[in-house]
Amino acid sequence: MKETAASENLKLSGIAVSAGIVIGKARLVDRSKQKIVYQYLINDNEVNREVERFKKALELTKEQILDLKTRMNASIKEHSFILDAHLLIVDDNMISDATIGIILEEKINAEWALKKSVQKIRQVFNQIDYEYIRDRINDVENVVERILRNLAGKKQDSLSQINDRVIIVAHDLAPTDTSELNTAMVMGFITDVGGKTSHTAIMAQSLNIPAVLGLEKATGSIVDGELLIVDGYKGEVIINPDDETIILYQEKALYYENYISSVLRLSHLPSETMDGHRMAVKANIEFLEEVVSAKDNGAEGIGLYRTEFLYLRNKGIPDEEELFKDYKEVAEQVAPYPATIRTLDIGGDKILPAQKLSSEANPALGLRAIRFCLKEQEIFKSQLRAILRASTHGSIRIMFPMISGVQEFIEAKSILAQVMKDLDKKNIAYDKDIKVGAMVEIPSAVMVADILAEKADFFSIGTNDLIQYTLAIDRSNENVAYMYEPYHPAVIRMIMQVVKAAKNAGIEVSLCGEMASDPFCIPILLGMGINELSLTAAGIPLLKKLIRSLSKEEAEKDLEEILKFKTSEEIRKYILQRTKDHLPDVDEENFQINQQQN
Amino acid sequence: MEHKKTLLIQNDLGLHGRAAAKIVELSRKFEARLFFRKNGQGEVDGSNILSILTLSGSKGTEIEVKAVGEDSFELLEELSALFDDKFGEGR
Repeated sequence: MKETAASENLKLSGIAVSAGIVIGKARLVDRSKQKIVYQYLINDNEVNREVERFKKALELTKEQILDLKTRMNASIKEHSFILDAHLLIVDDNMISDATIGIILEEKINAEWALKKSVQKIRQVFNQIDYEYIRDRINDVENVVERILRNLAGKKQDSLSQINDRVIIVAHDLAPTDTSELNTAMVMGFITDVGGKTSHTAIMAQSLNIPAVLGLEKATGSIVDGELLIVDGYKGEVIINPDDETIILYQEKALYYENYISSVLRLSHLPSETMDGHRMAVKANIEFLEEVVSAKDNGAEGIGLYRTEFLYLRNKGIPDEEELFKDYKEVAEQVAPYPATIRTLDIGGDKILPAQKLSSEANPALGLRAIRFCLKEQEIFKSQLRAILRASTHGSIRIMFPMISGVQEFIEAKSILAQVMKDLDKKNIAYDKDIKVGAMVEIPSAVMVADILAEKADFFSIGTNDLIQYTLAIDRSNENVAYMYEPYHPAVIRMIMQVVKAAKNAGIEVSLCGEMASDPFCIPILLGMGINELSLTAAGIPLLKKLIRSLSKEEAEKDLEEILKFKTSEEIRKYILQRTKDHLPDVDEENFQINQQQN
Repeated sequence: MEHKKTLLIQNDLGLHGRAAAKIVELSRKFEARLFFRKNGQGEVDGSNILSILTLSGSKGTEIEVKAVGEDSFELLEELSALFDDKFGEGR
């Protein structure tokens, strides 16, 4: 977390999880843990009284949860099952009977006895190997917190009693907290912990309320009633802003609102330059469920379906049938547009049992992606069979990741041919003309792109890895991260070489990777003649708008200039100037919108 | 009266909170007591949400179910239907 106090304004930085800007008063919600005191009870009378006190607290807890359920906001009613589960947890033997048993046996106070029984539940849950269920311990903790508050006789700090428009500031928000909210009164959410996939994030997005999470010390820095600005694009919170800052952000909020609605309006127009050149814009997805939002954002197909998710759920390797259903569904949903399915792109460490593995000092350069698939052919074949079977249900293309040279590509294709033969024998239908492409993301593949182009039906340039491997920097290493430079002349020449090889061989070339969502890179890629870009769905409307304002002819001229520059800095400056010339509203700020919105 | 049956978990999410809650709600409608066992491990109380969760039943797991009491047969019939219906989750 960064913290700056350049002016009077104290600024906190966290994770932007729900877009939008709001200015309003802080409402601090105390959800801090209760302190538990150990107490020894002297006689039976006290013990019995303690049991009664505990039972009362349980009753009160149940009443509160039931009350919450009835007052639940209609828009989030579907989450009410969480409250049903919480009710059952209050009643559960492992909580109620176990705690009463401990009070009677050990003659200790209810709080401590409850703590002991929860300890036991935690131990049992820790041994659960299925993560989704293991995480339910959070529900138990949440219920226990409530019981403890009731034991302490402390008034429940109820979010349902908020009657004025405020920004909720909390350490963390539990589903029960958010479910009792009168959402009309909530302008924004900010919390100390939590990230993009937390319950609060999902809730905020579905309610369209700006939210910044993971601020680490929001509750420590913000006083109840203080004025806050929440910037859900950048992930920033400004505490007690001065008048100037307030006016600045009011303007920003208005500007973004207008800008976003204008961009979204354009998202269904064709992705075509001013001089009539088509450059397809597709979506990168990771789950089947993303197809809908990809289409809503105007994607003309799926340019990269990362297939790792089904392999990473702690359920072992998925069977062919499950994969088939998933791919079929993607193909059907994205039709009439095509979907490019990338075969498994992970290291064995993620999916194989430990005994089959040897540890690797350098996994990024190790046995992964196509290398792993060529070694573990059964896993590979099962995926290929699933893809082929799904190919009759729409338009599917296959792409092999991490191809380093033509030998590897030929081997992968020969396995595909074996699988096809096998399907033929069994009379199972598949698309016999299915297109098979290579992901170009290793410098060696770039150097032999002309050879590779003779065997591949298409190329897709994966710029994230290509840049890392080309510049020999690990982007997650903060000492060298600044060197990750998409405008490096070496990177631009590499991409250029791949595009040329593809053009000479008459095959299509697309680009997937962050470069496709960087507005300043687009004119270069257009100038080179890349056929399609694939990026995260939320970035598509802006990208389309940008493409529609460019001219292929001009981009080609610009590219000639760009190829003459010797450093990234020169290239960057040139592009920035040129982009601003013909598209004044695409600046670095807007680039951030597109980054944060996904 | 005691009845036994082996049930297969068919829903994608397995015996998670919502599914477990449905089992508890069902078992409360009957006199009979319900017990679950996975892979021959120890028996757990089938009328307790946390016990059911601790079974850690993922999709494809078989659960041995035992019901003890007057209406144990009916309980197992309805329970079996609930499993087959994928707990109403559709997948």
